[in-house]
Amino acid sequence: MAHAHSHTSAMDAGKASVAARTRAQAAARTGAGASNRASNRAVPPSAPRPARARRLLTPWLFLLAPLTLLVTFTYAPIANMVAYSFTDWDGVSPELHYTGAENYAELFTREDLFQVFWVSGYYLAASVIQIVAALYFATILSFSVRFRNFFKGVLFFPSLVNGVAIGFVFLYFFQDGGTFDTVLGLFGHHTDHAWLGTPVSANVSLAGVSIWRYLGMNFVLFLGAIQSVPGELYEAAELDGAGRWHQFRYIIAPGIRPVLTLTVILSVSGSLSAFEIPYIMTGGATGTETFVIQTVKLAFQFNKTGLASAAAVVLLLIILLVTWVQRRLVPDDRVDLV
Amino acid sequence: MNRRTAQVLATVAGAALLLPGCTGTGGSTKGADAKAPDDPSKVSGTITVLTVRTDLVQDGTMKKYAAEFNKTYPRVKVEFQALTNYEAEIKIRMNTDDYGDVLLIPAVIKKNDYPKFFASLGTRAERSKKYRFTDFTTVGGKVYGQSPVGVMPGFVYNKRVWKEAGITAWPASPAEFLADLKAIRAKTDAIPYYTNFAAQWPLTSWTYVDGAVHCDPRATTKLAEGDPWAAGSDLRVGDTLLYDIVKQGLAEKDPTTSNWEESKPRTAKGEIATQWLGTWAIIQFRDAAKKAGVNPDDIGFMPFPARTNGTFCATVGPDYNQAVNVHSAHKEAARAWIDWFTDESGYDKDNLAISPLRNAPMPDVLKPYEEAGVKLIELDDSAGAKVKLIDDRSEVGIYKPEYRQDLVDLARGARKGSLDDFLGGLGEKWTGTQKNVSH
Repeated sequence: MAHAHSHTSAMDAGKASVAARTRAQAAARTGAGASNRASNRAVPPSAPRPARARRLLTPWLFLLAPLTLLVTFTYAPIANMVAYSFTDWDGVSPELHYTGAENYAELFTREDLFQVFWVSGYYLAASVIQIVAALYFATILSFSVRFRNFFKGVLFFPSLVNGVAIGFVFLYFFQDGGTFDTVLGLFGHHTDHAWLGTPVSANVSLAGVSIWRYLGMNFVLFLGAIQSVPGELYEAAELDGAGRWHQFRYIIAPGIRPVLTLTVILSVSGSLSAFEIPYIMTGGATGTETFVIQTVKLAFQFNKTGLASAAAVVLLLIILLVTWVQRRLVPDDRVDLV
Repeated sequence: MNRRTAQVLATVAGAALLLPGCTGTGGSTKGADAKAPDDPSKVSGTITVLTVRTDLVQDGTMKKYAAEFNKTYPRVKVEFQALTNYEAEIKIRMNTDDYGDVLLIPAVIKKNDYPKFFASLGTRAERSKKYRFTDFTTVGGKVYGQSPVGVMPGFVYNKRVWKEAGITAWPASPAEFLADLKAIRAKTDAIPYYTNFAAQWPLTSWTYVDGAVHCDPRATTKLAEGDPWAAGSDLRVGDTLLYDIVKQGLAEKDPTTSNWEESKPRTAKGEIATQWLGTWAIIQFRDAAKKAGVNPDDIGFMPFPARTNGTFCATVGPDYNQAVNVHSAHKEAARAWIDWFTDESGYDKDNLAISPLRNAPMPDVLKPYEEAGVKLIELDDSAGAKVKLIDDRSEVGIYKPEYRQDLVDLARGARKGSLDDFLGGLGEKWTGTQKNVSH
């Protein structure tokens, strides 16, 4: 349920941190780490000035490209958005007026703008199911199971499909007499239910699509983390007579804890900012409007770009706040498997 | 984060904050004119024409128009850009100077800003003698756009199905209309009415009942000055009819998964009996009929079921207005295209549409209208800009799909509340904002 673009980096980060930690532990055990690090730091003191300057410059040259992209396409637009949030801009007019904190005042005094967060509850519940299912599949498929690569592919496949395409596919799926009804009919279950017809049914259906869509991503994250737990630990555990459940409880669960925390944070922020699937499938009709859909409508239907920018800023702050609270409640302790 | 990185970040953020200063277009070119060329053989340049007709660009029809245009203007090269999501895309492009030479005036641009974005086509006094709809784009006596076709809202219906249900005359009141739909439900297999709820925008066309219900050319001004949902007002009559259609089970079973593209052949084949759309849809439904191998003449068109002084009434308005980009380097060529496309291309006839020329006859599809003596009126749009402003400020959205979707949800019980409270609430929001909108 998290944003797609944060996935890859998060996955790498998760893997890297787990791997680095195990390596560090291994190094600490042998005592080789200390001497290695010491020798690394022994830089020849008599390096000539240009060489030293170049050494200082090189990393920045490498960083130049990504930093330029990051600033141009992430920080500049965000700064822009923050600036717009203090204006009454309509998105196209050459004139815009500074209105101070008026947009924020409007946001916080209009109860109706925050009611849409109830819809996020459906997605939050869905992400609990999603995380549990992803963890379950990742654990099972990390053991040697027949056709495990096939199943990995099946689970990961939805992540490869474009979200907009998924929206359209599932519109047909939920149609009256569509795929879902046909499949249920095959099992002798003939409903006459309009799946997107009532607010509860529509939100549950959309959250279900969301699980299908993002399960694979969580699954891969967990699988990567599980596989970076050193194999000898399982061997040792097996020798000690630990079953699958004990292996999970005492090796896998603590071993992937940082990734688990990360996934929970991504899921919560993803639930609060759910957009793609409900926007394509229902456009926010029948009580499926999320905060982001509402923001888009404010900006592009009612041309209140200033107010919409303020709403986006508030969403950003809410997500930061939730993440912070979460980190305070569940501190990211160092895990020692040995 | 150490102090140095903090400083760098602060500088970057500060620089970015200055960027909004360059938003929008400069006022230097404000008030330019796009004059019609005197000698067609001397106009030259390459012009880019923006359009929403993706279909016509893809199947080469637009190229044929351009080739025809080149017979009169041999030195002008016309290129087309079809935008699928026109309103959203053009809004972003109009923050630069590069938005084509000829474009369609998007709804987002405030009327008073027209001179900042478009070059004038002439004065209203002069143009209104020849063309319809000039006041829709007039600012300060000058006209900034011209629609190549006129459109008229109305019901697209399948004549065969209506006849099978035993209906011979157009219903003359909402109650008769509902009775007819019930007859269709009872006597045929067709879905009496299709909302196209999922496609969203077809529902928006219910706003265009305005003016037709009481045959009032000043209906738009009434929206700007009063409560659009007051008892007996046009929008209330229209919305109540839509509510009753859905409430009485005369619409499709599951509106949330309805399908616009499929609805065209289904209407042609008689699986769907009726939809509230406009004259622009007739050609699409007839094409769908040809593709499906059924009789295109089954597609009929009827006015809103209301009679004022004994006659039906329908409003004629412009479609998207074509305009010349004020920053265009080839304003004469752009102007030549608009004039030619409006006057001579035959685009209106190809689309079975109403001509924007005052002296042109009505298209054949509207023969039944002439026979029935339907009164055609043009709405006065002098308060149009104010209505749009109230609409956006109040977030009611009479030109947006959401409130009609809520109305349909209300009617089929997916949303709690009564129709009176719902329309009353809209009216309150509307009139509350009205007080604060001055011009």
